[in-house]
Amino acid sequence: MNGEPQEVLKTTYREAVREAIRDAMRRDERVFLMGEDVGRYGGCFAVSKGLLEEFGPERIRDTPLSESTFVGAGIGAALGGMRPIVEIMTVNFSLLAADQILNTAATYLHMSGGLFNVPLVIRMATGGGKQLAAQHSHSLEGWFAHIPGIKVLTPATLEDARGMLWTALEDPDPVLIFENSTLYNMEGELPVDAGAVDINHARVCRQGNDITIITYGASLFKVLDAADILEKNGICAEVIDLRTLRPLDDATYLSSVAKTHRALIVDEGWRSGSISAEISARIMEGAFYELDCPVERICSAEVPMPYAKHLEQAALPQTETIVTTVKRMVGTNG
Amino acid sequence: MAEFCMPSLGADMRAATLIEWKVKPGDSVKRGDIIAVIEADKGIIEIEIFEEGIVDKILVPSGQNVPVGTVLAIIRSGKETAVKTEGKIVEERATKEREVQVKPGHEGVPSPEITEKEKRIKASPLARKLAAELNIDLSTIQGTGTHGTISSADVEKAAKEKELQEKAPVTEIPKKPKEEEYQTGMRRAIAAAMSRSNRDIPHYYLETRIDMTNALQWLEAENQRRSIKDRLLPAVLLLKAVACAFKDVPELNGYWMDDRLQPKENIHIGFAVSLRQGGLVVPAIHNVDKKSIDELMAAMSDLITRTRAGRLRSSEMTDATVTLTSLGDLGVETVYGVIYPPQVALVGFGRISEMPWAENGMLGIRRILSATLAADHRATDGNRGAQFLGALKRYLQEVSILWQK
Repeated sequence: MNGEPQEVLKTTYREAVREAIRDAMRRDERVFLMGEDVGRYGGCFAVSKGLLEEFGPERIRDTPLSESTFVGAGIGAALGGMRPIVEIMTVNFSLLAADQILNTAATYLHMSGGLFNVPLVIRMATGGGKQLAAQHSHSLEGWFAHIPGIKVLTPATLEDARGMLWTALEDPDPVLIFENSTLYNMEGELPVDAGAVDINHARVCRQGNDITIITYGASLFKVLDAADILEKNGICAEVIDLRTLRPLDDATYLSSVAKTHRALIVDEGWRSGSISAEISARIMEGAFYELDCPVERICSAEVPMPYAKHLEQAALPQTETIVTTVKRMVGTNG
Repeated sequence: MAEFCMPSLGADMRAATLIEWKVKPGDSVKRGDIIAVIEADKGIIEIEIFEEGIVDKILVPSGQNVPVGTVLAIIRSGKETAVKTEGKIVEERATKEREVQVKPGHEGVPSPEITEKEKRIKASPLARKLAAELNIDLSTIQGTGTHGTISSADVEKAAKEKELQEKAPVTEIPKKPKEEEYQTGMRRAIAAAMSRSNRDIPHYYLETRIDMTNALQWLEAENQRRSIKDRLLPAVLLLKAVACAFKDVPELNGYWMDDRLQPKENIHIGFAVSLRQGGLVVPAIHNVDKKSIDELMAAMSDLITRTRAGRLRSSEMTDATVTLTSLGDLGVETVYGVIYPPQVALVGFGRISEMPWAENGMLGIRRILSATLAADHRATDGNRGAQFLGALKRYLQEVSILWQK
């Protein structure tokens, strides 16, 4: 972190998440993992492979197919002094536990007059692109970002996959972590001593002066690819990884917009009532007089996610769309 | 629906090049607004409009040389609705030619919404903020964004242009690439007007000498009290005195047209300004008789600056009712001018020089000005001309009266 050459390790996003869980289990014996197929099967995305052998069935617990039940059990454990990590297979199934998340986890501190906080972490896979069809592929993290009382994290990088979990576990209130399923196989390097990271700030991943592209999750890499192409066209895009959707780090993207005077939001969620809509509104509120053209958004098509590969890709935000949109936004004023 | 045509800025003008539009379709204009800049033989001239309404359509793009009378734009009166096809305009024009009486504003109930919408300038919030900071009028900018939206880049460009204009106004004319051509054009224009004058106008000349000692003493005393930038030039006294004298002898202020004298009520004095690169232009100072000495001084310096910068307005080029030329600065004793048709008089001033001067049996050294009148004998006779010079003399010798006027 201080510019000196660091010892790095080749790894994947999946391994980084696993290492984060392992590290937390070692550091704090109150931490345990539970969810569907997390033990014997090793996790439906193979994240928890090997953890049952290492930590035993007490701390790596397979649950019945009942999200409401095991999220509720997680809330109870958290209230009882434990530090549970609850894994929900995909965000679509989290709707079965929506009551537990919204009506219980997010409200207990408030309804108990500040007596009971819920130090619960819920991890789940989100996003499309793996041909898992309309019941396993949506991006609903924007919905959860609507709820006061919880935090919503969207780690995109290996550093965040590795580092956000511990910070989340240390938080006294419920934290939801959304892992985009297309990222699990992403390879990269991570410092050997990588550890906890801050979860309160967005990150400027690439500096630029012509436009601010705000994104999170797997779309970050499409945006970075687009920025490379745009640079060859003489357009210098600033790329912001939001990292945390609730609470939003307004200062980072507003000051960027004040510099570039243009903003594009790339969000894998549906457009209507999305987190991109929220950010766009905040830019109007906080940086209206800095804008040199309307804020634009690239979101997923408003359809149930198609199964057919070409249709699924057509429904998701893509690099080419980002490139053409930015060219239009910057070019008309050039 | 009104047509805005390439104006004639003098009988000798045949065509001019449209250099720049200052308005775009949808802009509202009122009488006296400068809406375009043209380059004629006389130089670069800002063209005013005399209608009130909304620019409906621009028919001649900038850069094009068109004859006098060419329709440059269509102006819609505020009450008319928008959207007219080209064909309809042509048709309407034809109708107008046949029966002249066409009432505008008859073709439907006005829609205030459309008018309101068209007036609205589309500019990004940043462009608006920047324009306010840089003191740029957004209505003068042509946006380059989607649907003509004005972006910050457009404002910055306009600001840069404005800065250049303000910084080096004098260099603007010499910078013109077609300098030689332009010079030739101007010479030709002067040649045409002066030939016509000498051919058609039977001039008569009267000359008088005016003791300016008192007037100049008064001026020096007055200037003592003033800050440097507010000081008055002798020329402003002459200008004012000429206007007052024309008020007394109105027949000399006007045009000879259609075989008769047409005196003008307003006194717009064409003030000959020589250009550094050669040639001269004679822009008008309007309503000289109604302006105070201070107002006149301001008007004169403004006009000279703008003339030399090549930023004159069309009305200034066309509506002088009489001309004043002063060559005293160059040491000329007496000016015998050639009248600028269709005007009927020209007043010339020579140098103010110290001379031995006999008055009431006494000899003294006084500062003497030679004033001449060249007048059109068709319009007036020597008797009226003499009255004019008499009045002029009286005003210049009693500056206190002039000051009151």
